[in-house]
Formats: sequence, structure tokens, C-alpha cells
Amino acid sequence: MKQKDIAALLDEPACEHNTKAKSGCAKPKPGATAGGCAFDGAQIALLPIGDVAHIVHGSIACAGSAWDNRGSRSTGPTLYKLGMTTDLTEQDVIMGRGEKRLFHSIKQAIESYDPAAVFVYNTCVPALIGDDVDAVCKAAAERFGKPVVSVDAAGFYGTKNLGNRIAGETMVKQVCGGREPDPIPAGIERPGFKVHDVALVGEYNIAGEMWRVMPLFDELGIRVLCTLSGDARFHEVQTMHRAEVNMMVCSKAMINVARKLEQAFGTPWFEGSFYGVADVSQALRDFARLIGDPDLSARTEALIAREEARIDAELEPWRERLRGKRVLLYTGGVKSWSVVSALQDLGMSVVATGTRKSTEDDKARIRELMGDEAVMIEDGNPRNLLDLYRQQGADLLVAGGRNQYTALKARIPFLDINQEREFGYAGYDGMLELARQMCLTIESPIWAAVRSAPPWRSASDGAAAGAPVVQSPETETGASASASQAATEVAHG
Amino acid sequence: MAEPTIIKRNKALSVGPLKASSTLGATLAFLGMRRSIPMLHGSQGCTAFGKIFFIQHFREPMPIQTTAMDQVSTIMGGDESIVEGLATICAKHQPALIGLPTTGLVETQGADVPRAIQMFRDQHPEYAEVAVVPVASPDYSGCIETGFNTAVKAIINDLVPKATAAGTRPGRRPRQVNVLAGSALTTGDLEHLKDLLERFRLRPVLLPDIADSLDGHLVDSDYSALTIGGTPLDELSTLGDAAATLVIGGSMNGAADLLAERTGVPDHRFPHLMGLEAMDRFISTLAEISAEPVPERIERQRSQLQDAMLDAHFSIGQGRFAIAADVDLLVAFSQLLASMGAETVAAVAPTNAPSLAEVAAAQVKIGDLEDLEQLARANAAEVLITNSHGTHTAERLGIPLLRAGFPQFDHVGGWQRQWIGYQGSRQILFDLANIMLGLHKGEIAPYRSRLKQWPEHEREQAA
Repeated sequence: MKQKDIAALLDEPACEHNTKAKSGCAKPKPGATAGGCAFDGAQIALLPIGDVAHIVHGSIACAGSAWDNRGSRSTGPTLYKLGMTTDLTEQDVIMGRGEKRLFHSIKQAIESYDPAAVFVYNTCVPALIGDDVDAVCKAAAERFGKPVVSVDAAGFYGTKNLGNRIAGETMVKQVCGGREPDPIPAGIERPGFKVHDVALVGEYNIAGEMWRVMPLFDELGIRVLCTLSGDARFHEVQTMHRAEVNMMVCSKAMINVARKLEQAFGTPWFEGSFYGVADVSQALRDFARLIGDPDLSARTEALIAREEARIDAELEPWRERLRGKRVLLYTGGVKSWSVVSALQDLGMSVVATGTRKSTEDDKARIRELMGDEAVMIEDGNPRNLLDLYRQQGADLLVAGGRNQYTALKARIPFLDINQEREFGYAGYDGMLELARQMCLTIESPIWAAVRSAPPWRSASDGAAAGAPVVQSPETETGASASASQAATEVAHG
Repeated sequence: MAEPTIIKRNKALSVGPLKASSTLGATLAFLGMRRSIPMLHGSQGCTAFGKIFFIQHFREPMPIQTTAMDQVSTIMGGDESIVEGLATICAKHQPALIGLPTTGLVETQGADVPRAIQMFRDQHPEYAEVAVVPVASPDYSGCIETGFNTAVKAIINDLVPKATAAGTRPGRRPRQVNVLAGSALTTGDLEHLKDLLERFRLRPVLLPDIADSLDGHLVDSDYSALTIGGTPLDELSTLGDAAATLVIGGSMNGAADLLAERTGVPDHRFPHLMGLEAMDRFISTLAEISAEPVPERIERQRSQLQDAMLDAHFSIGQGRFAIAADVDLLVAFSQLLASMGAETVAAVAPTNAPSLAEVAAAQVKIGDLEDLEQLARANAAEVLITNSHGTHTAERLGIPLLRAGFPQFDHVGGWQRQWIGYQGSRQILFDLANIMLGLHKGEIAPYRSRLKQWPEHEREQAA
């Protein structure tokens, strides 16, 4: 990919970060960087398209370390779960056999698995040695009569965020508009019930959580033409341009998709979230508002009233258990403000939240929800998170999977909120699962046991051994191991 | 936690019995003595069934004999059968010890076993060196745990000399520690116990020691009619000189009381050795008895268990378990699960015992596997813990089974699995966590939208 194309992708007028020097798309800092590369971002954005053969063109580390490790679920095809890579060898690199190997790989994938399409992800080594992946894909498409899409997102092009954009851009340029939508199945539309087409961008059906939301769309008569990319099929992506409204679901990572679809097809879009009762309702309202069908609006309001009353009653027993608990929130992709309102809805208080990837607009919404004293975490390194957790006397850390063992090593309750998680929290009913998972860890009886120093140690030994845990000043004066333990309990209680 | 309600047996028929007989328990105790052979006083079936039971569980040949009561000896008295049986075994195998557990048949008959043994002594002075220990262990009373305890008690009663008579003195052997471990401990558990004591430079003497006889090891000779390991009889005279006695399992209280009374050696009692709390107490006790620092490796294992608790609490927490096991094992598992935030929603024990008060569950049913199945179903249990007979129960319930207790006949190695200690507990947590992960809790059922643009070949499914 050319430098000017990368620069164009980084220049995202719809994103508030665009105006700031220090933004979510800032250059990574050597020696102090967490997070994935452009290839990672491109791959995770598109992998959930289930009936596509996803071929990673490169040496083994790119696909070998990353295949089938996400919780995105499919109603049918499982092809996306199968890691495919050209697994380039030293000989391939030196002798320049990469292109040939790629061509044969595409052939093999098509012959063995008959995919709806083939996506080829370029990676650092072939990008560096100059493999012409675009040309190979074009030649293969012609030869085999299948769509073969080149996703040129080598790791060194930039961050994961850039990779997300490259992936989105690729879909808009190479796939969207490939065909017209299927007709609405017979017997569904009737007078006063017209089906409207929409698309979701940045939704990945983690743990199948959209299966809790899709029934609502069906009931309202909203057809999701395509989700980019949870539980999607290639031929759905081809029809995405016909959506009446697009919803940006996750972060701003694929905002370029919404903007370009708006430019090209005039499709209005909005940002929303399916986490938390209020946000689910808001998302449904936004669809109805932008579609502008009075029947749909009436149906939507009726559905919201019914669902909110139901879930409110079902959440009540959980609220009693979670009320007053203090949460430190550090999310990656998921919109912080959305989770904040979900947690507040359960009676919990969010003492601090991560804003590294948030825009000014996001931050304003967070301030609105949490008040002006809201602690915003820009630098989410483990040391900072743990110190803040203790300063704030939090009861629970809600963060991405990479922080799970940071939390556990520090012996603090943890909830995984990112893409590798096994539980779905979206939709009205997702809140019940969220509450259940939080209770599970907060109320676990293990905490006193795992924080305890061996009983045979003397008090001074015990304090040293418990160093990562016993941190509050009063514990250092503890006269005995048990006193120190009690103090720790107070500090954490 | 409040004491559980004990619900007594309230039906005529036992279906899917959980109970293994006290006769078997007594037999097992003698199998843990060196150059020993239990001879069950009963009809030959009592022995044959018991022998198969243990062979299938331990996968070892089992030196067990029978007095082979027949119609005549049952009606006319079986004393002659005992004398003949003892003499035959002595002549053929020269044992150090013959255990003589009674069965339901001869206890009902009213056999006077001590008198028969006296007859044997009178008639066969040439076998005076062979110890013979009778135990009243009719299968209509108690279970494997109680029979085991009763036999150990009988061994102490008959073979451990009184301190006053023998001149033993607690602590004369300052590094020796006696261990009375209940039948719930496997050979792997006992090996670990010995290893732990040795790390504190203590000399463990286990009574009995099935880890030395039934651990599944090969010996040079190709055949032995007697046990090929176990507690040597001459150790019994040293028990009174030990610094302390460790008692593992509430079921061993009877034997422990007698040993303490007889020798004056102070004892330390532990309901079980599963989980952090139980092990912390145990290790502290070893440190105290030995006056040695706790080895670093043990501290490391402790922190490994803590880490495992953290890793496993997500999946074990809020789990619903059904357990059917002998009392000590039931207490251990229920407490371990409670410490992880899981719930024992169905608890079944084969017999009543004071230790049941320590079970961490709302109620304990004295009953069988049918009771377990009904309780597990009614209380929506997610995982079953019981012996191999629970396979079908688990199948009918559609939930996974973790095998524990007696018998484990459809698996290899169940007899030696280490459940206790920091390491054993850690492995249980991992196994339980993996079982729970396999349940895919929280799985959301795929929803097939009628509006989705299904590809041609997926449409049929959609309809």
C-alpha cells in the first residue's frame, strides 16, 4: 500500500481525533506500546465473514498465532474458523516464490472448500519483498471465477486501528455494490408493516450476543442487510450499499465505512451501542427516527416500553447484589460511555474509565454520565490501573482480556469485556448475563484466601510476602499476619 | 456455614446402592499391613465379591481368603472353619498377620470369634508368632469408612502395647509421627503425605499403609499370597514413642481415641486435606511438630494453589454440584467447592455419621444413587461427583461425572489419584474448571432471522 493511501486513511474527517495532534491514531512509541498491528486490525474486522476463505499471505507468525482465537459466532458456516496461510519459507522469500505459492494457495482453498469468496491478507514479509498481491488476486479471480479480494494491511503500515480502516475501505471499494439485495421473503410485509433495510458496522457477534438483539429487529420489521462483520456472508456484504441507515456499533475504528457509504450512496448513519438497557432502546429509536416510517416508530416505542418493563423487573434482584459496588472500567474497543451507563443502570458506581480510544465527544458523554470528577484513564498500563484501583477503593476491574491476568495476579475481581470473552452482554437480556458474571467474581469467597499470607509466616514476613496485595498504609503497622489480613479486607471491602 | 439438615433413609428399597460394606472397609485396613492376609469369616461369596471389588478398583491381585461357611457350619457353628482356615493359611503362607473380619452371616449366627481364635491357639502353638486380629464388621452396620476405622481400632487394641506395660514414652522418638488416614485417602494421597512429612525431616509411620501395598508396583517375586507391602507389625510397638499422631478424616476418630488413650501420644485431627485452609492448618502443624521451617517448595505450591483458585473461580463459581460419597470425601469436596463459590445442591452419604455436620450443603440425604439422581435433577445440578456407578446416573441426567471414591472400575489409576495437598487441590480445581467450561454455560442459542439474506444452501435450515 502506498504511503499516500495510508495517509488518506489516517485522515478521517468524521473522527474528532482528526483535529488533534495526539489521537487514537498516533504513532506507536517503541518500548511502550500495547496493541496489535494493521494486519491484526484488518483480520479481526473481516474474519467473522463466515463463508469466506481467509488466507493470510505471509510467514507463520501472522496466522499461526492468531487463528480461531476470537469469540465471534456464526449461524451457519464455520469456514472462517479455519486458519489458512501461505506459511512462507526462507526459500520462498529468497527465491521470490511467494506470489506463485499464493496463487496455488487460492486454488487449493477454492477446490477444497468452495468458499463464497477468498480474502487474501498481505503481511510484512511479502509487502517488503514486493509480492504483487493485488495482481495475484486479480489473476486468481479471473482464472477460478470466484471473487478474490486483496486486503493490503501489512503490520508495519500502522496500528490495529488503521488495519480496521483498511479492511473497511477494502469492503466498500471492492465488495459493496456487488449485487442487489434479495427480495423480502413473501408473507412478511403487509399494510402498515413495511420492512426496512439497515446495516451494522463494527459489530462482531461476540459469543453470539447479537442473537439476543436480532429477534427485536425481526419483530420491528428491520432487515439487517449486512453486519460488518459478525455472522456475515460475503453476498450480504455485497448488498450493504442498499441500507437505508447504517449504525456504527463499536468504536470509531470503521467510521470510514459509514462516511464513505454516506458519500457514495447518501446513507445516513449514527453511532450507537447494544450494551445497557438505555443504549439498546436508544439504538432502536435512532433507527426508527432516521428511517422515518411512523408505523415503525410506533412499533418501536411499544417494543421498548414492553422490554424495558420486563428487564427492569428481572434486573431488580441483581441490582440488590451489585448496588454501591465500585467499578474501574478500562475498555479497548467497546465504547466506554455505553458500558458506564450499563453499569450505572445496575446501581454500580464507575469510579474511573479508560478514554485512550475515546473521542472528545465520547469524553463529553462520559462527563455527563459520571460527573465532572470522572477519572479518565489515558494511560492504561497495568501499574496505573492497579494503583488507581486501590486509590479509588474499587471492587471490580472491567477490562479487556489482556488485563485479566494483571488483575488476577493482583488478586482483584475481574470481568472480561473484550473480543475474546465467552459471554454475550448485548441486548436487554445481555444485562442479566453481565450482572451474573459480575456477581460471580465479586461475590466469590476466594478473595480472602488468595490474599492470605501463609499462616506460618511471622507478621513482618507476611507483610513482605503480601507486598503486591497489602498496600494501604494502615497494614504496614499491622502487628500480626491476621491483623494485616483484616486491614487488607477493610481496604478492599 | 450452618449445619446441614440430615435426611434419613425413608424408603424400603435401595436403588443404585452407594454403600460399600464395612466388611470391605475392615478388609482394606488389613490389606495395608505387611505380610498380611484378611480372611473373611462368612460364606465364600462374601470374599469373592469383595475380592473382585478391590481387584477392579486397584487393578492388583488381592490376597483375601474366606472361612467358606457352609450349611453345616452355619447351623452347627463355624469355630472349626476359623481354626481350619487360620491353620491352613499359616501352614501355606507364613503370614505375619491374619485379619479376621466378620460378615453379616456369622454375626447373625452369633459367632464367638475370640473363642474360636483361642481354640486355634490351643490347637496350634506352632503358629503362636502369627498375629490374628478379629473385627466385628457385619455389612448391615456402617459402611466402608466405619469398617476401616473399626479394623484399625482392633489392630491398635490387639497389637499396640500400653505405654505403662511396654515403657513407651511420647516423644522418645522425636522425629516419628504416626498417621491414621481414613479410607478416603488414595495411595497417591498417602504417598504425598509421607513426602510432606519427610520434607519436615519427620519419620512417618502410617497405620495402615495401603500406599505401600496397593499402589501398583512390581516386585521381584512373581507371586505372593500375602500383601507385598504395608505397615510392618514391629512398627506397632513404636507408635507409643512417636512425637505426635496425625489423624486424617473424621471417620478415624474411634481409632485415634484408642491410640491416644493407649499411648498418650498427642494427636492432631483433620477432617480432610483438600483446599487452602485445610492444608494451611496441616502444614502449620507439621512445622510445629518438627520445629523446622516450612520448605520453600511447599510455599511455592501454596501460591500455585492460590493462583489456580483465581484462574478457576470464573468457571467453578456459581457451579451446581451433586456429590454422593463416603462421609469424609463428601465433607472434603463440599468444603472445597464452597471455598470456590460453588454450591453442593445434592449431597448423599451412604450412612449417618457425626462428621456429616461439617458438610457444606443445606442438606445431606442418607441414601443411594437413585436419591442422588432425583436430588440432582430437582436442584438442577451441573456436575456429578461420585464413584464409577454414577456413570449411568450422569448419562441419564445429561451432566458430566468426576469419579471419586470406591469403586472406580471403569477407569485406570483412580486408586492413586492425588486429591489432597496444595497440588492435589490445584489439579481438582483445574479438572472441575475444565468440566464446567465444557458445559458452555451462558451459550446463546443461535437465532435464525427470517429476514436475513440466507445464501441458497443455508435457506432450508432457516425454514
